[in-house]
Amino acid sequence: MGTLLQQIANGLIFGGLIAMVALGYTMVYGIIQLINFAHGEVFMTGAFGGLAVYSWLLPADVQQIWYVALPAMLVGGAIVALVIALLMERFAYRPLRNAPRLAPLITALGVSVFLQEAMRIFFPGASSAVPFPNAFITAPLHIGSITIPASGLLMLVVSVVLSIVLETYVNGSRMGRAMRATAQDPDTARLMGINPDRVIVLTFGIGAVLAGVGGVLYGSYIHNIDPYIGFQNGLFAFAAAVLGGIGSIRGAVIGAFVIGLIKNLADIYLPGGTAYDYVWIFILLIAVLVFRPQGLFGEAERVRA
Amino acid sequence: MRNRTVKAAVVVMAGALALAACGTNKTESGGGGSASCDTSKGTLTIGVISPLTGSLSALGLGIQHSAELAVAEANDKCTVKGYKLTVDPEDDQATPQVGAQAATKLSSDSNVVGVVGTLNSSVAQTVQPILSNKKVPQISPANTNPSLTKGADLTNPKRQFPSYFRVCTTDNYQGPDAADYLVKKAGKKKIAVIQDGKTYGAGLAAAFSERATADGATIVDKEQVGEKDTDFSGVLTKVKAAAPDAIYYGGEYPVAGPLSKQAQGLGLTVPVMGGDGVFDPKYIELGGKEGDLATSVGAPTESLDTAKDFVKAYAAKGYKDPYAAYGAFSYDAANAIIASLATTLGDSGTWSDSQRDKLISTIGSYKGNGATGAVAFDQYGDSTNKVLTVYQVTGKDWKAVQTGPFEG
Repeated sequence: MGTLLQQIANGLIFGGLIAMVALGYTMVYGIIQLINFAHGEVFMTGAFGGLAVYSWLLPADVQQIWYVALPAMLVGGAIVALVIALLMERFAYRPLRNAPRLAPLITALGVSVFLQEAMRIFFPGASSAVPFPNAFITAPLHIGSITIPASGLLMLVVSVVLSIVLETYVNGSRMGRAMRATAQDPDTARLMGINPDRVIVLTFGIGAVLAGVGGVLYGSYIHNIDPYIGFQNGLFAFAAAVLGGIGSIRGAVIGAFVIGLIKNLADIYLPGGTAYDYVWIFILLIAVLVFRPQGLFGEAERVRA
Repeated sequence: MRNRTVKAAVVVMAGALALAACGTNKTESGGGGSASCDTSKGTLTIGVISPLTGSLSALGLGIQHSAELAVAEANDKCTVKGYKLTVDPEDDQATPQVGAQAATKLSSDSNVVGVVGTLNSSVAQTVQPILSNKKVPQISPANTNPSLTKGADLTNPKRQFPSYFRVCTTDNYQGPDAADYLVKKAGKKKIAVIQDGKTYGAGLAAAFSERATADGATIVDKEQVGEKDTDFSGVLTKVKAAAPDAIYYGGEYPVAGPLSKQAQGLGLTVPVMGGDGVFDPKYIELGGKEGDLATSVGAPTESLDTAKDFVKAYAAKGYKDPYAAYGAFSYDAANAIIASLATTLGDSGTWSDSQRDKLISTIGSYKGNGATGAVAFDQYGDSTNKVLTVYQVTGKDWKAVQTGPFEG
């Protein structure tokens, strides 16, 4: 029983990580109906940004003080991710706003590969895994019979808190209302005086900050990063967003926790081990989509006039 | 009008790209022969197949540069009469298909006399037949899986490829050597064994488990991870439940490092032991902790008198990457090819395909003193040098704790 609880805890931690990335996917799709395949790379550049802040901007004595180093890395990672995402939106996606849907999709794939290779080539040492400092309490935490690394718990807590903050913002604030309006019907929203460009930039920005924070926390948890973590985790996050209902914030978070739990429990209890991760997750995804194409929390697709 | 300009521009660009792609972008190095050498008969090439990019590139680049050093020295000494030697390094990305492409490229070049490589046993399995079909001798500085020379059934060994040799010892000695140390010297009786499912890792873990059980320990858990995995919390939870007092990992350092760190994070503070794939400074950077162990083939390079010249010469050349765990082996492998080539051609021979058989048999009977000690091959192509060393992570660095030829 202790082992099962431990596996569930591990699954929830992984789910927390995926949730931060899935939120970006789901929000961007909700606004402009684009699956931003390069969002995983935003996550990855956030991780490298945090590492860069740690290695190059923090003096050595400050590096050891985690409550100074970690916030600095989080801020640094979020800023780098934000810049990359905004540049992506401005130069790769905005010109294709009115193009047939295939064009921005291909562009997204292209941006994804570009960012992976650019990071691999230009970041020193990135052609193999780069060690990532722990930057948080190193001792594992014991809760009952479960032991989890402190950085894992941090990731889970931050993820849940940020998701709640985001949900409150989108549902309660004026800008949030603008986002929901643009997602529902961009032309009418424009008639109501909402500037869709600004709303889209804000959406990309919020998604990027979440992914950037996720990236730094991921690095802290796994202790090394390489240019391909964006692709691997982005695939899980994309599956989570679709499972939960693409376009729904609540769905993305719930979907992420489901994916995390399935992955960990399947690894251990189903034959095949970790090599079959993607198999079980996508079987689940397909099963859900066959019976409920809009995902768990999504709205049935309305054909736009 | 604009369409035609665009089309013309596209054709010009495509042509330029094609020309750039056709141009050789392999870095030909190891040259610099002194002016007094007679190189009238042309150039001969020693190929190198190892991972030059990717997570194991630290080891692969060490192999490449050490071979380049050997070739540079041979050129300076005019070892092969009438020819200049160069090195053609090919990246196998530690992946069998890419290794196969590299091997095909090298074997179709008639100036390639021999190949130093590969690093990974899994890549060697694909590369061996390709090189062997074209009678290109291959000497590996790092393949340790015994089936590469003796076949799948070790009780009935059969030489697989007459042109394949290796200068390092094999896992059917490395695994038991590690088991003897861990069980008898370090006194660990409950061991969890994790491996990455690849040729090398699985083979090594199996050899270790067999010997550890024979030595009196119990294998409390057996797990498999993927070589690209980053999150081991699930597997380590299962291992922790079995309460081992040590973990043995069959595989390489990109996985072993984070595995050790995450084990610590879950409260599993037992030592992790691995084989030569784990023995690299990057292992410690990526998460290896104090007290972790690894075995490696050969004696520590820095301790051998024969290696001191190699270490000095390597430093003098100023390569960007260190020679890593297999540099000295690669140097010896390259020298074995070069010396055998010099013997085969003699003072006035000319290289041609008909010389290939003679070169292979000359390598088979080669005897020399290299940076790793005495270099010679037995009837299977294995090295007669069975020295193995156990290293321990002490103070952020690997320190040798036991060296010697494997007896059992």
